[in-house]
Amino acid sequence: MASRRLWQGVDLEVGRGERLAVSGPSGVGKSLLLRALAGLDALEGGEVWLRGRPQSSWPMPQFRAEVMYLLQRPAPASGTVSAHLAEPFGFKIHAGKSYRSEDAARLLEHLGRPSTFLDQDAARLSGGEAQLVALVRALLLSPTVLLLDEATSALDAETAELAETLLQTWLDTGPARALVFVSHDRAQQERFATRIQLLSGVGA
Amino acid sequence: MSVPISLFQVVLAAALMGLSVLLSWRLRLGLGRDILIAGTRMTVQLLLVGLILGWVFALRSPWPILGIGLVMTVLAAQAAVGRTKGRYPGIFLDAFAAIFGSSFILTGLALSGILQIRPWFEAQYAVPILGMVLGNTLTGVSLAQDRFTSDLGVGRSAVEERLALGATRWEAAHDTVQTAVRTGMVPTLNSMAVMGLVSLPGMMTGQILAGASPGVAVRYQIVIMFVIAASSALGSLGAVLLAYRALLDSRDRLRGERLGK
Repeated sequence: MASRRLWQGVDLEVGRGERLAVSGPSGVGKSLLLRALAGLDALEGGEVWLRGRPQSSWPMPQFRAEVMYLLQRPAPASGTVSAHLAEPFGFKIHAGKSYRSEDAARLLEHLGRPSTFLDQDAARLSGGEAQLVALVRALLLSPTVLLLDEATSALDAETAELAETLLQTWLDTGPARALVFVSHDRAQQERFATRIQLLSGVGA
Repeated sequence: MSVPISLFQVVLAAALMGLSVLLSWRLRLGLGRDILIAGTRMTVQLLLVGLILGWVFALRSPWPILGIGLVMTVLAAQAAVGRTKGRYPGIFLDAFAAIFGSSFILTGLALSGILQIRPWFEAQYAVPILGMVLGNTLTGVSLAQDRFTSDLGVGRSAVEERLALGATRWEAAHDTVQTAVRTGMVPTLNSMAVMGLVSLPGMMTGQILAGASPGVAVRYQIVIMFVIAASSALGSLGAVLLAYRALLDSRDRLRGERLGK
């Protein structure tokens, strides 16, 4: 990372059930903000808090099991979609959870994919399908906060709306869940956000 | 003992080089300069080494041998890092530690434990064996390091994706570590597979040329190959683990920015 300071004095709070959109011009550091919230990039100053506890006092796997960040472009996967979805259940932090393909099939169905989709070769997914799989993979782990970095950018309008509905269901079913997202689709932002956080660069 | 070679005979062999220079000139390959430089370099380096070794052999003390070993290790680490594209601060020290640790431990074990050379630092054995082990370990270390850093650069999102889903740094990078160590081992395994069939190893042929019986030479070669394989494995693993520690921090973050562009 360059030593250029992207933003400062950002003070945001996300409450239960909220769908916060982070908005701002390209290069202002929206991704960086989300990555910092997930603890994937260090902040030069400041602190991220989760339920009254600073990030620095959380073991990171535990923190990220709750605050999950989805990359804009999912990494290439191998094996079947099902195997790819099951992979994170092998991490120690998710030891208490178990992967059930029925759950995965149900989520995929909400996104308009048949259950045969689970047996597909994960390496041959299109960009949009890979985004769907990444979304399902995160939802199966039932995080508390989802950080979506243009996570539906490659979906067609119809599927994107299905994804929004699915996310809303996820928000409604958990005790205290929240969503923070970055989207270049202005319509999606207007339609889906309960609040918009404008990010402006230093000196902008 | 082998037949001694006079300086005149060496010059005669050098004339053979002239043949390739001539070919290069006729076919306009533009290699003439490179061939001459490489040939001259090789000659000067080896003559120097011959002088130094002759001097060291006469001393019968472990210190000059260790000194030579250390210089060889530094050169090996430099060569290993030189072949690695993705570098991070401290990579040279890591390469040095990996090569030094594995080569010295295994050469020491081979000399004192297996071959039971007394004293263990007997230059006639220590220097050539350490040299062979270093040369092969260096290849393993550089391949493993290169693979690991480039995988973390290209496959960065796969590792980071796992981190983002709650993986520890070890869970996230485990398969990358595995691939890198395996890559470091490949040349040794390949050369072992064809040894004696396609290639006659240099040390064995050397011993035979020097008058040893093929049976003894073969056994030496087998011992040396196992030592080399073990050292390559240990060195590759060490280098990758050190790179892992440098590039994934204790907060389970991938520090891609440490990989210089």
